[in-house]
Amino acid sequence: MSETVNIIVDGIEAEVPKGLTVVDAAKMVDVDIPVFCHHPKLEPVGMCRMCLVDIGMPMFDRETREPVMDDDGTQKINWGRGMQTGCTVRVADGMNVRTNTEGVLDARNTVIEFLLTSHPLDCPICDKGGECPLQNLTMAHGLGDSHFPFDQKMKNDKHVPLGDLIALDRERCIQCARCVRFQDEVVDDPVLGFHNRGRKLEIITYSDPGFDSYWSGNTTDICPVGALTTNDFRFGARPWELRPVASISPHGPEGENITMSTRQEAKSGGRVVIKRIMPRQNEQVNEIWISDRTRFGHHFADADGRLMTPMVRKNGELQAASWDEALSLVADKFKAAGSNAAGLSGDRMSNEDLFAFQDMMRNTVGTNNIDLANGRIAGGDVTAQVGVGTGTNLADMGAGDAVIVFASDLHEEAPIWWLRVKQAAQRGAKVFTFNVRETRLDAVAAETTLYKPGDAIDTARALLNALNVSDQKAKDGVGAIASAIADAENVVAFYGFEGLTYEETDSLSRILANVLLVNGNVGKANNGLIAVWPHNNTQGAWDMGIHPAFGPGYKALDKAGKSAADIYESGADALYVMGADPVGDGLMNGRKNVGFMVVQELFMNATAELADVVLPAQSWAERDGTFTNGERRIQLYYPAIAPMGKSKADWQIIGMLNEKMGGDKPKMAASLVFKKAIAAGVAQYKGMDYRSLAQVEKQFPDVGGADLYYGGNSYENKHGMGQQWASAAESGEVTSLDIPDAKSSKVSGIATIRTAALYTNGSLLQHSELLEPRMATPRIMINEADANGIATGDEVQVRVNGETMTLQAYVNGVAPQGVALLNGVPHVAGVIDAEITKG
Amino acid sequence: MAHVILRHRDVENIKELDVYVKNGGYEGLKKALSMTPEEVVNEIKAAGIRGRGGAGFPAGIKWSFMPKGDGQKYIVINNDESETGTFKDREILEGNPHQVIEGALIAAYAVGADMVYCYWRGEYMDAAYPAEKAIKDAYKAGYLGKNILGSGFDCDYHNHFGAGAYICGEETALLNSLMGNLGQPWSKPPFPAQAGAYDKPTVVNNVETLANVPPTMVNGADWYANLGTDQSNGVKIVCMSGHVARPGNYEVEMGKVTYRELIYGDEYCQGMRDGKEFKALLPSGGSGPVVLPDALDGNVSFEGLNDYGSMMGSASVIVMDEDTDMVWAALKMTHFFKHESCGKCTPCREGTFWLEKTLHRIMEGHGTEEDIKTLDRVAHSMQGKCLCALGEFAVSPVIGTLKHFRSEYVAKVRQAEAVPAD
Amino acid sequence: MIAEKYAKEIESLFERYPADQRKSAVLPLLHIAQQEYGYSSEEAMKEVAEIIGCDPTHVRGIAGFYSLYYEEEVGKYVLEVCNDLACALRGADEFIKMAEGKLGIDLEGTTEDGMFTLKNVMCLGACDRAPMLQCNLKFHENLDEAKFDQLIADYRAKAAAGDSEPTVVDKILIQTHH
Ligand SMILES: Cc1cc2nc3c(=O)[nH]c(=O)nc-3n(C[C@H](O)[C@H](O)[C@H](O)COP(=O)(O)O)c2cc1C
Ligand code: SF4
Ligand code: FES
Repeated sequence: MSETVNIIVDGIEAEVPKGLTVVDAAKMVDVDIPVFCHHPKLEPVGMCRMCLVDIGMPMFDRETREPVMDDDGTQKINWGRGMQTGCTVRVADGMNVRTNTEGVLDARNTVIEFLLTSHPLDCPICDKGGECPLQNLTMAHGLGDSHFPFDQKMKNDKHVPLGDLIALDRERCIQCARCVRFQDEVVDDPVLGFHNRGRKLEIITYSDPGFDSYWSGNTTDICPVGALTTNDFRFGARPWELRPVASISPHGPEGENITMSTRQEAKSGGRVVIKRIMPRQNEQVNEIWISDRTRFGHHFADADGRLMTPMVRKNGELQAASWDEALSLVADKFKAAGSNAAGLSGDRMSNEDLFAFQDMMRNTVGTNNIDLANGRIAGGDVTAQVGVGTGTNLADMGAGDAVIVFASDLHEEAPIWWLRVKQAAQRGAKVFTFNVRETRLDAVAAETTLYKPGDAIDTARALLNALNVSDQKAKDGVGAIASAIADAENVVAFYGFEGLTYEETDSLSRILANVLLVNGNVGKANNGLIAVWPHNNTQGAWDMGIHPAFGPGYKALDKAGKSAADIYESGADALYVMGADPVGDGLMNGRKNVGFMVVQELFMNATAELADVVLPAQSWAERDGTFTNGERRIQLYYPAIAPMGKSKADWQIIGMLNEKMGGDKPKMAASLVFKKAIAAGVAQYKGMDYRSLAQVEKQFPDVGGADLYYGGNSYENKHGMGQQWASAAESGEVTSLDIPDAKSSKVSGIATIRTAALYTNGSLLQHSELLEPRMATPRIMINEADANGIATGDEVQVRVNGETMTLQAYVNGVAPQGVALLNGVPHVAGVIDAEITKG
Repeated sequence: MAHVILRHRDVENIKELDVYVKNGGYEGLKKALSMTPEEVVNEIKAAGIRGRGGAGFPAGIKWSFMPKGDGQKYIVINNDESETGTFKDREILEGNPHQVIEGALIAAYAVGADMVYCYWRGEYMDAAYPAEKAIKDAYKAGYLGKNILGSGFDCDYHNHFGAGAYICGEETALLNSLMGNLGQPWSKPPFPAQAGAYDKPTVVNNVETLANVPPTMVNGADWYANLGTDQSNGVKIVCMSGHVARPGNYEVEMGKVTYRELIYGDEYCQGMRDGKEFKALLPSGGSGPVVLPDALDGNVSFEGLNDYGSMMGSASVIVMDEDTDMVWAALKMTHFFKHESCGKCTPCREGTFWLEKTLHRIMEGHGTEEDIKTLDRVAHSMQGKCLCALGEFAVSPVIGTLKHFRSEYVAKVRQAEAVPAD
Repeated sequence: MIAEKYAKEIESLFERYPADQRKSAVLPLLHIAQQEYGYSSEEAMKEVAEIIGCDPTHVRGIAGFYSLYYEEEVGKYVLEVCNDLACALRGADEFIKMAEGKLGIDLEGTTEDGMFTLKNVMCLGACDRAPMLQCNLKFHENLDEAKFDQLIADYRAKAAAGDSEPTVVDKILIQTHH
C-alpha cells in the first residue's frame, strides 16, 4: 500500500489507499455503498446514481487557513450542496462520508424504484435470478411498493441476438453501460453501443459478425441484471441449483482460473453436467476475465463419441475389453520392448499424468525415448533459468517498464496475455513487437519490427548485440529499442513460434534470455522470459521431463533418448501415445515400424484407429490435477462431473500399468502423486502440495463475494490461487546462455507461414457447436504484389508438407509482400516453400 | 444607448470584416496582445463578466482555472442554444460574428489556447454562413492562423455542427459530442479546465459571454463594471417570446429594466398580444421557476428575481396570457425535457418519462388526485439526484406550476373523476 | 461513395481536429452522408464508419442519439415544425394541423410522391418568429397558411426544376473550408 489518507465513514475512522473511490474505500471498512453502474475494473461514470452519499470535507478559514471549529471543539465539516456519487469521488485526507442519512436512504429507494418501473419482474424465469445485483439491492434497499401504475412498464424485445453467442433482453437492461464500457475500455473491441436516448436507450451491436469480440461472455458476468445471457447457458438452470467447482481452463498457456457450474439433471440421464463456465478471480492470472474460447469451449468433456471402455485389437478390429485384459497386454509388450519402447505425450495432460508417464517409461520400462508428440516450441529449459520471477503480475507493469513480444500473435494465441500486455501499455509500459507481419498488439506497441521470413534469429541477435555495445550509436531500428530496454526498470519477454522451426525457437529463447541477462532483468518479479506455449500445460510437460534429454526438473540425462521426430522416423517396438494424435496431425505416417501401439485418449482419433490397444481417459472436468501455466504457476483443478463410462484418470491408468510391470503400486489420489512423486522428484516443486496450492489470499477488488455489489460477476477464489516455482536466476547466478545455430528456413519463392487463430477447428473446439460459426475458415492470405491473378474468394491449392490443401485466398492487405499467411489450418512449422496454384 | 452586443442593429453590415474593423473591430484583440495573458485574465476578472449560458459563473475566474504553461488547450464556444425560448446566440453570430471570434481569440490568448471550436446546434447550419465567411475573412486578414497580427500568437478557429440534442448545450456533453462520442454529459470532476476537449484543459463559454469581451478590452474593466449592478455587470440580451405583441431579442443594461417594462415598454414588447392580461412568465426557458404578476417588478439581472423565488438564467422569457392552461404549459415543457433526456442517469431517464406520462393523463382527462401526488413525488425523487442539471431543470416546470397553479390541476382531475371512465 | 465523391472536403474536415481524433468528424460526415443517401441508411452509416475507422456500431449509436439523423427513409424535403412551448403559444399546434391537412399526411408521415415528410420538433431557436419550420435545415419563419402554400409550391417547383441550388449542407460543410 503506497500513500494513504485518513477518512471517516459513518463514524468509523480508517486509513485507506489514496486514489480509491469512496465506494471502494467504504468497502474496506465493511460499509456497503450499493452500486449498479460502478465496477472496480471500469472507469467510474456515476450514471446510475445508486451510490449517492453525503460527502464532507473539514472546513478551513478562507483567509487564515485555520481549521474552523464547532461548538464542541471538533472541526466543522462542509457537507457541500448535495449528495455526491461515491463511485466517482476519490477519497481525500479528512474526508467524511455518511451513507446512512435519511437523504441517502431515500435516494437509494428512489433509484431502485425508478429502475424497477421499467424493469420486468420476471425474476422467476430470469437466468440472473439468484445472483442478480438488482434483485439483491432491491431486497436490501427497495421500498417494497411502487408509486407508479404498472401498465407503463417497458415492453421491449426479449432475446435479441447480439451475434450467435450472446442475447440481449431489452426490457431487463438498466442502461448501466457496464457492457459497453467493458468492450471499449477493457478489451478494446468497441462493438457494443447505446442507441437512441432517454428511456429508449438500448444496447446495440452492428459489427460483423455480431458482437465481434473474443471476450463477449464477460459482459454477461458484469451485467448487473439478466439482460445479457449466453446462448450456452440461457434457460439452462437456476443459479442456486448449480454447484460451483473450481477449475483451470484447458485451453491456452495463461491458466485462466475458472468455475464450472454443474448440475445433476434428468435430461442428461441423471448425470452431473457442466452448465456453464465462469471466471474465478485470480488477480495475478486472469483477474476476473476469461476468453470466449474458455467459456464456450468446454463441450468436449460431454461430447458424444467419448471412449467408454478399454479396447483391444482382435482379428484386426478394436473390441471392448476389460481394464485387466488391456493393461496386461500392454504390460507384456512394453516390458518386452524395454529400451526399444517409446512414449509420446500431449501437452494438455496434468502434471500428475505426465510425471507418472515418464516415471513409468524411464524407471519401469527402461527407456529415455520420451517426448512431446507435437513439440512446437522449445525453451522450457531456458525458462527454467530465466523465466519470469515469482510474484510476477503483469497488472503491476506500467510506465518505466518494457515488454518484448517476439514471433507471437498474443491476441490469437494467448488472449489473456494480449489483454494484460495491452493494459500494461496503456499504463505506460513500452511494448516492442517483432514478427513477420502485423499483429493486433502493434496498436499499442511503442515500436513494431517486421522482419523477413527466416530473419527472426538474426533480428533477435541484432537486438542482443545492440544491447551489448556500450556506445549505442545506432539509435534507429533495434538500436533504439535496445536503449529503451536498457532504460526500462522491468522487462518481460514473450516469445512464440510463428513462422519458426523448433530449432529456431530454441535459439530465440536463448538469445532473448541473454537480452534479459544483459541488464539483470531476470530472477525478480516482473522480469524474465515467458514462452507462449501452444497448450495449457506445455510448461508442465517440460517441468515433468517429457523430453528425451531431460528428466523431471530439467535434470540432464546421461544418455538422451530418441526425440519424437526420430520416433516417427524410425519407429519403436512399442509406442505409447498419451493424449495426442500424431497421425491426425500429419506427423506420423501410419504406424510403419511401430511394433505395438497403445493410445490413451478421450476420443477415437486417427492414431487410436491404428492402435492395438485404446485406453479411455478422463477429461480434465472429471478428475483433479494440476496444470502449470506459462508464468510457471502451478494451479489446481477439481473434479466437476462424474467419469464417462469406465474411463480413468491418465495417471491412474499409468499407475495400474506400472504395477503390472512390476513397478510401485499406484497412488490412491492425484494429490498423492503430486506430494509423493512430483514434489519429491521435481526439484522446483519441492515443498508444494495440494494444500499449499489451494491457498488463497484476499484480493482487491473484492468481486464475487457474498456482498451485494458485484454478485454474478465472477466467482470468488476460495480454492486456490496456485504457486509459482522459482527460476534458477532467483537463487543463483545464471550467466549468458549458449546459442546454438539454428538453420533458419529461408525460401526462394513466397514464404508461407502459419498464423494462429483463437478458434481453430481441433480436437477440443470441434465439439463446441456455439463456436462453429466463428471458427476460422481455412484460408491463405497473400499480398497484392504476389497475387498473380489470384483474387479474394478464389480457391487455391496449397501444397504444404507434401499434402495439398484447398484454401480460400484473401488478397486483403494483411500479408506483407513475399509472404503468404495460412490461417485456420493445423499447425505447420517454420517457413515453408508452398506452391500456390489457382483452381 | 448604442448596442454593445447587438451592434448589427446600429451598424449596417458589421458582419463584414471591413465594416467591423472600421468600427473599432479587433482593437480589443490588439490591446490584449499588448498585455500579458495574466493581465488579460485579470482585466476580465475585474470587469466581472459573468457567464451568459445560464449559470452566471464569472468568466475571468473560469479562465484562471486553466493550468499555466505550455501544452494543448482549447476554447470552446457554446452555441448549442436549444433551451426553449432562447434565440439570442444565433442573432449575435448571424449579425455580428467577428465580435464573437474576437472574444474567443482574446480568451485563447489569455489562457494559452491555440484552437477555438465553436459548437453550433446543427439546426443553425444555415445561419452559420455569415460566421463561416467571417472566419475565412479573418484568416485572410491575419486575425486567425499563425502569428496573429505579428504578435507571435497562433490560433485556429473552426465551426463544429451538432445534430439536434439539447443536452449538448451542457458543457461536458458538448465536449463529448465534439469528440465524436454520444452527446452525454460526464460526471464532474474532471471539470473542462482540468480535462476537457480531447482530455486537454478547455474553457467552455457561451457565445454572448465571449461577445462581451472585446468591448471590455477596448473600454476597460471599469467601464464594464460600471454598467449594471454590483452582482451583475454589463448588458444582457433578453429573448422575449410567447404572448407578447413584439417578441424578439432586446439588449438591456443589467438591473435597469424590469420584466414589466420589457413586456409593456414601447422600446420593448409593447404589451401583451391582443391586449390580453398577463398570467405568468418563464424567465429562463423551461428551466427557471415560473414567475407571477407580482414579480414583474423584478429586474433583469442575476439577482433581480431572487426575492420572487426565481432567477434570470439565460434570460429567455416566455410570456403567457390569461388564457394559458398551466397544466398544458407544464406538459409542453416536460415533454421537451423527456424528449431531450440523454438517458445516462436513472432519475432523469425514468423521472422525465413519468412526469410526462402523468401530466399527459391529467391533460387527457383521465387524471386522479393520486396523479397529482405522483407528480410531487417524482419531482422530489429527481431533485438533487441527477447527473447533470437537465434533470433538475426538468422538475422546475412541474414544481413551479404545482406550487402556484395547483387549483388548475385539481380542477382537471375533479372534472375527470366526475365523468365516468370510458 | 462519399469517401470518393467528397475526398477533398472530407480531408479538410479531418484537418479541423487533432490527427488522432478522426471520430470528431462523425457528425459532419453523417450530415453529408445523409444528404447523399436521403437518410442515414445502413450504407451511409457503414461508409462513415469506414472513413473514420471505427466500428459501425458507434456510428449507428450516434445516428440514433441525435434527432437530425433519420434512420428511416424520409421525403425529399423534411418539414420540421417546432411546436415547443414558445411556438405553441403562437399557434404552432394549429399550424401543424393545417399542414397535415394540406399535405394529406399525419406527423411523421411522408407524402405519397415522396416529396415531403412532416415532423414536429423541439425548440429551434426561432420562437419570436413562430410559427416556423425548418426544411432540410433551412428556416422558414413567421408562417401562416398562405405562406405555407407558397412554400410547398416553391419546393415542388424547385424539385421539378431539378433542384440545383446548393443545400445547406453543401453550403456550409462542403463548400466552405478554410
Ligand atoms: C441541459 C443544459 C443545457 C445547456 N445549454 C446551454 C446552451 O445551449 N448554451 C450555453 O451557452 N450554455 C448551456 N448550458 C450551460 C453550459 O453547461 C455551460 O455552463 C456554459 O456553456 C458555460 O458558459 P458561460 O460560463 O459563458 O455561461 C446548458 C446546461 C445544461 C445543464
Ligand atoms: S445490458 Fe446489462 S451491462 Fe449492458 S447496459 Fe444493460 S444492464 Fe448494463
Ligand atoms: S452512480 Fe455510482 S454506482 Fe452508479
